[in-house]
Amino acid sequence: MTFSSEKIIEVKHLVKHYGKFKALEDVSFEVYKGDVLGFLGPNGAGKSTTIRAILSLIKPTGGEIKLFGKDPVKDHKYIFSRIGCIVEKPDFYLYLSAQKNLEIFARLTGVELKKNRITEIIDFVGLKGREKDKLKGFSNGMKQRLGIAQTLIHDPELIILDEPTTGLDPQGILDIRNLILQLKDEYNKTILLSSHLLSEIELIANRMVIINKGKTLVQGSVADLLNEQELIVSFTLDDIEKARSLLASFGIEKQFITINQNNLLLQISNDKIPAVNKLFCDNAIKVFSIETTRKLEDYFLKLINN
Amino acid sequence: MFWKSTYNELIKIIAKPRSYIGLGAITLIIAIILFAMRLDGMTYLSFITQLFDQSLSFQGNILNGNLVAFIILQMLIVHIPLLIALVTGDLISGEAAMGTIRLLLTKPISRTGIFFSKYLAGCIYTFVILVWIGFLALGVSKFVFGTGDLMILKSEGLVIMQEQDIFWRFLSAFGIAYLGLIMIATLSITLSCFSENSIGPIVLTMAIIILFTIIGALDVSILDNVRPFLFTTHMSTWNSFFENPLPTEQIIRSAILLLLQIGGLLGIALYKFNRKDILS
Repeated sequence: MTFSSEKIIEVKHLVKHYGKFKALEDVSFEVYKGDVLGFLGPNGAGKSTTIRAILSLIKPTGGEIKLFGKDPVKDHKYIFSRIGCIVEKPDFYLYLSAQKNLEIFARLTGVELKKNRITEIIDFVGLKGREKDKLKGFSNGMKQRLGIAQTLIHDPELIILDEPTTGLDPQGILDIRNLILQLKDEYNKTILLSSHLLSEIELIANRMVIINKGKTLVQGSVADLLNEQELIVSFTLDDIEKARSLLASFGIEKQFITINQNNLLLQISNDKIPAVNKLFCDNAIKVFSIETTRKLEDYFLKLINN
Repeated sequence: MFWKSTYNELIKIIAKPRSYIGLGAITLIIAIILFAMRLDGMTYLSFITQLFDQSLSFQGNILNGNLVAFIILQMLIVHIPLLIALVTGDLISGEAAMGTIRLLLTKPISRTGIFFSKYLAGCIYTFVILVWIGFLALGVSKFVFGTGDLMILKSEGLVIMQEQDIFWRFLSAFGIAYLGLIMIATLSITLSCFSENSIGPIVLTMAIIILFTIIGALDVSILDNVRPFLFTTHMSTWNSFFENPLPTEQIIRSAILLLLQIGGLLGIALYKFNRKDILS
């Protein structure tokens, strides 16, 4: 599902070469207003290179990038006053306090901020009480929170988060996920989120792009892309053998994945689940549970391995 | 935005412990010199006066603040470049090493704006260092030793300058010395644009200074054409303000050469910084 037709990021046939090494060969995608776009790819696929190119940190060898419909190099000031970002890990001045760090970056946002904005944002990311502490003593999770505070300080329209959960413990990952969900749901921000954690993307993003070896493999709505693939559905039944012969008589025995104890695993598309369930019920096979095991992970791995 | 960025750079310099190494070292060195001169300054002076004992009679306060300030400047001018490079060589490469350059360059300020705000902050820091030296060398020396005529031993003989003729010379000497130190700051910032770590540009700046100083000191005719173009040759031009008559032409030539080299280095640094891929 696309929230708006207004393109916030437009990347067309992006190419980046470092000497003979081809970091990006053909990356294209769009981010629409209100999107939370999951940007996926295995290590070395070119995610960070693409994000660096979008943010003008590196000069592309070829292709075109537009942010808010404009050229990020020519309209640097206009564009970057509307963007907040974390590239890879949030690095700050360790010899300064959290508040001083935010003050430094706030001065460069190009936006007139409210007097208590820094206090407000420190509170929002859950660092209240630690703002006067130097960053030397901050954990990775706290630095990530500060990184998010830094991206939000000027209330940007577009937020770019490159691996925001790297190096975090499960609680840290959960906290960052909740923060992003809050940005999406309460503040309706457009977010480009690059992550290794596919479950995060599945939970947070409405659209996704998958790249590999510097090329775009697929882009679209998360729901639509996942619905295209067949699911692995686990039926917990009272009579597995009866169910198996029943399915065989309907010619779908090839879709058996495995049978174990009371579970029958089938590879079927989403729309066939009610029909199979009805078939079991009509033939007096008790269905105790139906679990879909379809994951973005399966889809991702299938795509990458192909 | 440029001024806000410069303000940020100054805050960073103030907060960095390494910025105080220079001030601390200068204070310590000058304190030691003042202490030594206070304790045994007349013995030091007697090396000069005894050469002229037969022909001249020295009267008044010859071990005064002006002389001590001159001695301090001669001793310190060799070491200040290192103290300047320690801070300015870190201004860009230090951000790359820390990773903060990524955040800086994604703000609505051009790379040229960021570069010049860092450069201006580096120039202000250099100025503060020089003012501190001036305060300690001239102010404190005068307070401790009083004032008087300045007596300098040169290769061509003893030069004596009247008390009222000295202050402007010190002021001008500081001015041209500042230009020399700005040259060092520009060199280290330029090298900083090519590096991803903060130590490299500092070490390289010092290596270049040492190399140029050696080339300048080598009495080999083949280097005669090179020597006038080395910035290290012109870094001691401040000494010319304590000559009579003033070698105006030489001072102007030195200032122009330093300015041209500063301009050239700034051009190289800007070219590199604006086209640099940020990979750190």
